[in-house]
Amino acid sequence: MDIVSIRDLSREQIEEVMERSERMIPYARGEKASKALDGKILATLFFEPSTRTRMSFESAMMRLGGRITDLGVPSMSSISKGESLADTIRMVEVYSDIIVIRHPREGAARLAARFSSKPVINAGDGAGQHPTQTLLDLFTIKRIKKDFNKLNVVMVGDLKYGRTVHSLAEALSSFGVELTFVAPAALQMPKETVRQVERMGGRPKLTNRLEETIADADVLYVTRIQKERFPDLAEYQKVAGMYRVDRRLLREAKSDLIVLHPLPRVDEIDPEVDGTPHAKYFEQAFNGVPVRMALLNLVLGGEL
Amino acid sequence: MKEFKVTPIRNGTVIDHIECGMALKVLRIIGMADGGKAQSPVSVLMHVPSKKEGWKDVVKVEDRELDPREVDKIALIAPKATINIIRDFNVAEKYNVKMPERVVGKARCSNPNCITNQNEPVEPEFVVESKNPPVLRCVYCDRQLDDIAGNLL
Repeated sequence: MDIVSIRDLSREQIEEVMERSERMIPYARGEKASKALDGKILATLFFEPSTRTRMSFESAMMRLGGRITDLGVPSMSSISKGESLADTIRMVEVYSDIIVIRHPREGAARLAARFSSKPVINAGDGAGQHPTQTLLDLFTIKRIKKDFNKLNVVMVGDLKYGRTVHSLAEALSSFGVELTFVAPAALQMPKETVRQVERMGGRPKLTNRLEETIADADVLYVTRIQKERFPDLAEYQKVAGMYRVDRRLLREAKSDLIVLHPLPRVDEIDPEVDGTPHAKYFEQAFNGVPVRMALLNLVLGGEL
Repeated sequence: MKEFKVTPIRNGTVIDHIECGMALKVLRIIGMADGGKAQSPVSVLMHVPSKKEGWKDVVKVEDRELDPREVDKIALIAPKATINIIRDFNVAEKYNVKMPERVVGKARCSNPNCITNQNEPVEPEFVVESKNPPVLRCVYCDRQLDDIAGNLL
């Protein structure tokens, strides 16, 4: 079984991952120990820098008693000698039991899955999919809010290029969540994603004014707006300033509003928010471990 | 009295019911865009009335029968086209082009950052989401293929 896109998982499978993730929490915290994946080797192929995703996969594997091997620095390895991804995969699959890959090109994980007889998990392919992030976002929302039904989720920031928001929006709409997309016109949610959400029965609202959406929000999902998307710095600063989440903005919010962010953040969330009960982005980052443990366990088997 | 805008051919292929405006793209598929490989006349009718509905383009290639690979590509840009093989002025075979469920190795992905546009040992592959109008989605990068005619291999 490969996990390349969130669409590879049925709704039942997503629910199963969430149940398993819940059971993984004491193991992820180190309160309980497990040998479920004793003797198994995870190969991490990160062709792009990553901190959270890579470390949480490694931590997940080790918490289940497995071991990890990695590519080393890509510039020092066979990749820099011009080896194709297909050949790299054919080599790595004989050294490991499961492969986790992040790659700058869209479709790289699907290609890896085709060349590998061992399971492949996509940890982000270019501007494409990042299914384990989607699952951990879903798990975080489910864990805090208990139920998806009638939740009002506001997504704000770079909704056009931010790879986490497309699959999250589709997944949330399949659970009956109401969605609001807040972004400047140039960075608004792609039409294809909006149509997909509508096909699933959602009626997403699109706006560029965050302050008008905050009062009704149950979840505020913030993403980083990247400077390099803007031709000039002044334009970037104007937009970045419009979507800054701080205490003043949150005065209007419901008391149980939760603020999430896939991290790393730059200045879209003021550090003064960190100490408020709204801030759940560090808990979200921790949830990467139990969710990835659940996936590794689901794919590789093994009793807890 | 019947009026012939183009005379019937003795031997060859008539590609009929091509979507209006697609005739020149069909010529490119069969390698006749610049008349390059042609040893015999090639006639093109653009925007002629169709008995079925509206308007159509027609391409007639003398002394040549198309190979299946060419027919498969024509299906991608002109899903309603019919292929008539003419032998000695008679229609010897007639069939509709057929849009497959999957399109492998016939078009490149229009996403420049797709892994299939790198130096990898794979053929580009698409799932057909809609046959008419044709909508193809890359099985690797998940993007919809823009401009099918311009990306044919």
